[in-house]
Amino acid sequence: MIKINIKKSFKDKEDKINFHFNTTIEENSINAIFGQSGTGKTTFLRLLSGLDIPDSGYIEVGDVTWFNSEKNINLIPQKRDVGFVFQDYALFPNMSVIENLKFAQKVKDDDFLEELLDVVELSKFKNALPSELSGGQKQRTALARAVARKPKLFLLDEALSALDSTMRQQLQNDIEKIHKTFKMTTLLISHDIAEVYKLASHVKIIQNGKIEKEGTPDILFNKSNISGKFKFSAKILKIQKADTIFIVTLLIGSNLTKVVATQEEVQNMNIGDDVLVASKAFNPIIMS
Amino acid sequence: MFLETMLLTFKVALITTIILFTIGIPISLWISSTKSKLKPIFETIVSMPLVLPPSVIGFYLLIFLGPSSFIGNLFEEYLNMRLVLSFEGIIVGSVIFSFPFMIHPIQSGLQALPKSLIEASYTLGKSKLETLFFVQLPNIKASLLTGIVLTFAHTVGEFGVVLMIGGNIPGETRLASLAIYDEVEALNYTQANQYALTLFIICFAILLIVYMLNRRFGGVLK
Repeated sequence: MIKINIKKSFKDKEDKINFHFNTTIEENSINAIFGQSGTGKTTFLRLLSGLDIPDSGYIEVGDVTWFNSEKNINLIPQKRDVGFVFQDYALFPNMSVIENLKFAQKVKDDDFLEELLDVVELSKFKNALPSELSGGQKQRTALARAVARKPKLFLLDEALSALDSTMRQQLQNDIEKIHKTFKMTTLLISHDIAEVYKLASHVKIIQNGKIEKEGTPDILFNKSNISGKFKFSAKILKIQKADTIFIVTLLIGSNLTKVVATQEEVQNMNIGDDVLVASKAFNPIIMS
Repeated sequence: MFLETMLLTFKVALITTIILFTIGIPISLWISSTKSKLKPIFETIVSMPLVLPPSVIGFYLLIFLGPSSFIGNLFEEYLNMRLVLSFEGIIVGSVIFSFPFMIHPIQSGLQALPKSLIEASYTLGKSKLETLFFVQLPNIKASLLTGIVLTFAHTVGEFGVVLMIGGNIPGETRLASLAIYDEVEALNYTQANQYALTLFIICFAILLIVYMLNRRFGGVLK
């Protein structure tokens, strides 16, 4: 069990931004950190990894104290045993894929690296430099590098947001595979409800620098407890008035669909909002 | 005489470059990463030799390193080393005069590296020193090369500081740039041309090699 209760404030020009994270994380679970941008998701991961230092509080990972302001304990990032996957990959340009992985290892173990390269399907590219890789390959290298040192805590900072949806799904599968194979407590930042559903057993929703809600994805995202025959997370692209009703154009994955809505429903919707589309009235037909 | 002067010139440039490379890396690292409020002051001090007339630097070095000064006295008494009108003196002068030419490229190289590379190295358990040698320096090879070449070439070409502090002693402090001046004064244009053309060709060749290397290894060196 990882116990966290930390406070931190940053000065942003004239405003002071306060963060307070009070939560626990079960070992060997995948946790999604969900929330709007600028609410403190990345800050949370940076405080956990030691890249930023909390003003007060404690972080306890099993029996080890990583941070405790009262006891004056603050382990440097080097000693915290985390695997951090950065948003911009942060691969070392001077090292090949395999050298990046070797650099990350605590103890030399070539068999483990070969296994890891197999899992993320990079064996063929192990001698390539990062500049010779595609976006998805870079991201898989970054994942593998963070895993290479067998960390206690695996942190992914919006690791998949820069990828297209096909690549994203492949990477989600990789993360799932990595988790099944190597069993690490994982925290991943995501904007994508579908991704959260697919990967995470727990969700922490961060709002205004605090963890506002936490629980399973089902409890948190199925607000009205619809027992729908199908449900999708979607993004609103367009809201059009047609006589007395409204036509809402939605993006589900990479498909567009149009749904009829009433004026009342449309009132609280804005273009760009993430919504849940569910239906229980129809029996869907499945075709191949 | 010609060969002696040329050898001396390149010896001074080589020693200056080695000294500046060694002290330039930690200084550039500190300047590029410090959040101290004094940073602008240090940056100004580093850049001063770019704008000050060499004779001003030479003059103050003469005052502060002369035998009657505290520093000059210290060196003379304990190390038996004279810092003015001597080979050691022009090395000190060259190091100070070429300072920005080594610091600036390395500093901007380090600053241009994404912060996440360093943070990634820290989260992978690597110390600051390991990060410097395995991540930061190998990824700013172009900047290091630029610093080395500019320092070397600039030291070869300096005139004012070495004249003031070195005193133009043949075989000891008389560098090629001073020799040209002397030969012209004595109306020995052929001799002057011999020095000038040699400097011209060597400097051209060094810069050409650097630009070709940079082009060839563009992606890797940067």
